Amino acid sequence: MSSDLTRFTAAELAAKIQAGDGEVHAFLHVAAEKAREVARGVDADVAAGREPASPLAGVPLALKDVVTTEGIPTTAGSRMLEHWVPPYDATVTARLYQAGIPILGKTNMDEFAMGSSTENSAYGPTHNPWALDRIPGGSGGGSAAALAAFQAPLAIGTDTGGSIRQPGSVTGTVGVKPTYGGVSRYGLVAFSSSLDQAGPCARTVLDAALLHEVIAGHDRMDSTSIDAPVPPVVEAARQGLSGDLSGVRVGIVREFSGEGYETGVTASFEAAVKQLTVLGAEVVEVSCPHFGYALPAYYLIAPSECSSNLARFDAMRYGLRVQLPGAGAEEVMSATREAGFGAEVKRRIMIGTYALSSGYYDAYYGQAQKVRTLIKRDFDAAFAGVDVLVSPTTPTTAFKIGERVGNPMSMYLADLCTVPASLAGVPAMSVPSGLSADDGLPVGLQIMAPALQDHRMYRVAAAYESARDAADGGPLINRIPELEAVKA
Amino acid sequence: MTSVADLMAYDEVLDRFDPVLGLEVHTELNTQTKMFCGCTTTFGAEQNTQTCPICLGLPGALPVVNAVGIESAIRIGLALNCEIAQWCRFARKNYFYPDMPKNFQTSQYDEPIAFNGWLDVLLDDGSVFRVEIERAHMEEDTGKSLHVGGSAGRIHGAEYSLLDYNRAGVPLIEIVTKPITGTGERAPEVARAYVSALRDLLRALNVSDVRMDQGSLRCDANVSLMTKDATEFGTRTETKNVNSLRSVERAVRFEMCRQGAILATGGSILQETRHYEEVSQSTRSGRIKETAEDYRYFPEPDLVPIAPSREWVEQLRATLPELPWERNNRLKADWNLSDEEFRDLVNAGALELIVATVDAGAPADEARSWWVAYLTQQANTRGVELAELPITPARLARVIVLIAEGKLTTTLARQVVDGVLAGEGEPDEIIAARGLAVVSDDSALLAAVDEALAEQPDIAEKIRSGKVAAAGAIVGAVMKKTKGQADAKRVRELILERCAEQ
Amino acid sequence: MSLPTPSGGSASEGRAISRGDVAHLAKLARLAVTEDELDLFAGQLDVILQSVATVGEVAADDIPPTSHAVPLTNVFREDVVRPCLTQEQALSGAPAAEDGRFRVPRILGEEQ
Ligand SMILES: [Mg+2]
Ligand SMILES: [Zn+2]
Repeated sequence: MSSDLTRFTAAELAAKIQAGDGEVHAFLHVAAEKAREVARGVDADVAAGREPASPLAGVPLALKDVVTTEGIPTTAGSRMLEHWVPPYDATVTARLYQAGIPILGKTNMDEFAMGSSTENSAYGPTHNPWALDRIPGGSGGGSAAALAAFQAPLAIGTDTGGSIRQPGSVTGTVGVKPTYGGVSRYGLVAFSSSLDQAGPCARTVLDAALLHEVIAGHDRMDSTSIDAPVPPVVEAARQGLSGDLSGVRVGIVREFSGEGYETGVTASFEAAVKQLTVLGAEVVEVSCPHFGYALPAYYLIAPSECSSNLARFDAMRYGLRVQLPGAGAEEVMSATREAGFGAEVKRRIMIGTYALSSGYYDAYYGQAQKVRTLIKRDFDAAFAGVDVLVSPTTPTTAFKIGERVGNPMSMYLADLCTVPASLAGVPAMSVPSGLSADDGLPVGLQIMAPALQDHRMYRVAAAYESARDAADGGPLINRIPELEAVKA
Repeated sequence: MTSVADLMAYDEVLDRFDPVLGLEVHTELNTQTKMFCGCTTTFGAEQNTQTCPICLGLPGALPVVNAVGIESAIRIGLALNCEIAQWCRFARKNYFYPDMPKNFQTSQYDEPIAFNGWLDVLLDDGSVFRVEIERAHMEEDTGKSLHVGGSAGRIHGAEYSLLDYNRAGVPLIEIVTKPITGTGERAPEVARAYVSALRDLLRALNVSDVRMDQGSLRCDANVSLMTKDATEFGTRTETKNVNSLRSVERAVRFEMCRQGAILATGGSILQETRHYEEVSQSTRSGRIKETAEDYRYFPEPDLVPIAPSREWVEQLRATLPELPWERNNRLKADWNLSDEEFRDLVNAGALELIVATVDAGAPADEARSWWVAYLTQQANTRGVELAELPITPARLARVIVLIAEGKLTTTLARQVVDGVLAGEGEPDEIIAARGLAVVSDDSALLAAVDEALAEQPDIAEKIRSGKVAAAGAIVGAVMKKTKGQADAKRVRELILERCAEQ
Repeated sequence: MSLPTPSGGSASEGRAISRGDVAHLAKLARLAVTEDELDLFAGQLDVILQSVATVGEVAADDIPPTSHAVPLTNVFREDVVRPCLTQEQALSGAPAAEDGRFRVPRILGEEQ
């Protein structure tokens, strides 16, 4: 286990966050009291000589604010849920507590997980600890930034089209989207039900694997949860740390290169691939001809599902209600949704409404679902010849805050490489692959594996990580500039 | 508000048009829990005490399908002679309404679990009308709203509304007929008889409480008229809120007369939702929507497809009880009744009462005779339905058994039944209290016989001389003396014995 | 409403999204958008919809749609009662409540 895990106690971290989150703004809510309570439970176990609840017992964690927490506010980054306190825990939350993991607080995110920069949060943007004028990725920018800012050693994100992987990539941290159905969605404020998946965020591959095993596994409360053993990801990560990848076949997706990819990103990717070869992997190029249609299919399917999932925010039962004396329910609903949702959420709701409308369904939503089939087939064909696929996680390093806000399409391009795995439901992760020669900012390597073969990518990632750390003389994260609050 | 003047005479409607019906029946299943969550479904609980994150539509909550809900749906489909889908899905029906927590109803769209069936319906004249079933699909109920202010509980003019979500998520099966044509004048009757037959069927399957008064069975009636020479259906209206069998019949009839009047004056029918009003026995227009509803159906991503194996379907088929029409045929044969006799008994509302009386130990012919003769008379006198008479099948069965055992005569038995109807308790208590037991003590009877023979010596002589038929007069006298409590057969035996001795 | 008409299997030849189209979509989605937003969204939705319409370029007539990434069937729950929320918990997030019920502004539309 990484030494960072034990650098601070839960209480110290909570205090540190409360005092110094100003520069980064990774957190929306600090739950110090409840975190201390869980930590005390772990201390009591230790004092009594009992087995710890899990290998991560007592290791504090930052939870994306899209996961419900009983008695602790859950806003999903939206004005709509500004004061909402859920009466129930998500399955992920419950499993974290069962494992003795103190939840330090809830992290910032793009509203309802829609975005790639965390600028769509109703509570202001999160800043990338590598360069405070840059985005930390999104939608889970808060969770990734909390790791990079050493505010928490572990975090939970959710990934619908790349919301764990892309923030991991631009903050130099590890982010994993497990196989769809591998981690329960019960208690995840839904964005796009057929794509949403919670996953671990950490500074090392092994930490991510340990957290993965805590939160994964069948849940009867989620009909789409897979009733199968959790892939042996911790074992695979440990095996990978030996640095030997002989016998592993790695495929490079031909479609993920060329125009739109920054030189620094491409160079970093090529170096990573070379490293994999050095470790003994057999690297081949594969073609996934329909991946070019993944982004449009994703930007039809996700908004369609979101237009329905977000209909429940109507000012009737919970959340914001705009007061309009004398107005009827329908008027209050419309006024509240207008006031409570940000521009990106409204855009997606309207696109989804359009794509599902009678007369447009077949050409938009229906056709996108067919493209989804083709993308799955591309993956099937590729995995017939290789064990894992690799690509850059995202075409660029962290862009500047504000740079893409006015141009939704340019923002959507951040998801170019991440959405195929989302559509196919296969596991994918991002592991740091060094700093870009262009701007000195982190670049991520995406590794994808077949469904329920999550362990394959952990093995490759751990092997690559150990080789890169050895070459660099230490983890990438150690090269992050110190924040003022930390220096103080 | 439609006035009587706006209605066409029923006969005229039939002269000029053919009615076309389409019936949609929603039935709440009697499962222990809701369709997608573990909340209890007990009727009448305190408001908002039967909810959870799932049926309240809280952020993050997810549905899981109730297995018994699926089984019930398949059993209903099988009983309705439907095909059962090899593979089907739930879909989201998206529209905003405050009584629906997610602002979409989890329902089925183009992939219903059961489709292409039929139900044979018995009409008043004993004939059978086959109603074709389009589909039976699964969905969930909504919450209930209470409108405060304005005119009592009505939606219009209310100041605000109060919502109770106890009912939200209760499993519903929606059963939709194909267009029903060829009914002619019997359209209203067919509509009623169909809902009635469906209710009996669902009750026999034990899948629903089928209480129209409590809303666990609800009917929407689509009605349109087509001119005699038309080749296409006319524009239909959908009448909701039809909460009794009688209302189904009246609503259809009313719509036929209302639409006939409009069409006759060159008007056109507005495709709209109408509401049945019990008090005025008429339908009124709902709010007219400016645009057609666009429900934006799509497959529910939070639920996985349902693929009932054929083995499972056959297992469920094996659990089907004897269905109402099968049972009717069996009873008719068992009781040796003609179609006409059986129909009369059904129309009199006596069928279930007779069955229950037989179940309680009475022979069928006796049970039938009591219910269709003496008790029907009593019901008519009192102006109530047969089933409303204050006598249980079990008590009647006891009376019939006592007759068979010779402990009651028919005359006495009627007195006992009168006692039961008067609320005097169990037959045995009434017999004791009123002193109605048959005199079975031969010595007491002999005394009465001797007395009667002595009083009518000429008749006694006739008997002695072999004219046995004359004994009837003596029997009558003895019965009179014993106030009808004697067994006439035994009395006759004793008279003949006595005369032979002398 | 006149939304861009998908023609010939390809949705990419659509016309521009108008302010009226945005107003219609916003009404369906219960969003009381402002006049300024009508202009803003009309432009943005048009760009986005033109772009995503490229899914229509893929010939896929014989391809079955995928609604669920992982093919599962028949996931059921036993019909066993679980504890409910208390009335207080159920109403805990309500903007207004009265007499154990959620209080909402008057409802004008008809039930479906
Ligand atoms: Mg329905
Ligand atoms: Zn519930």
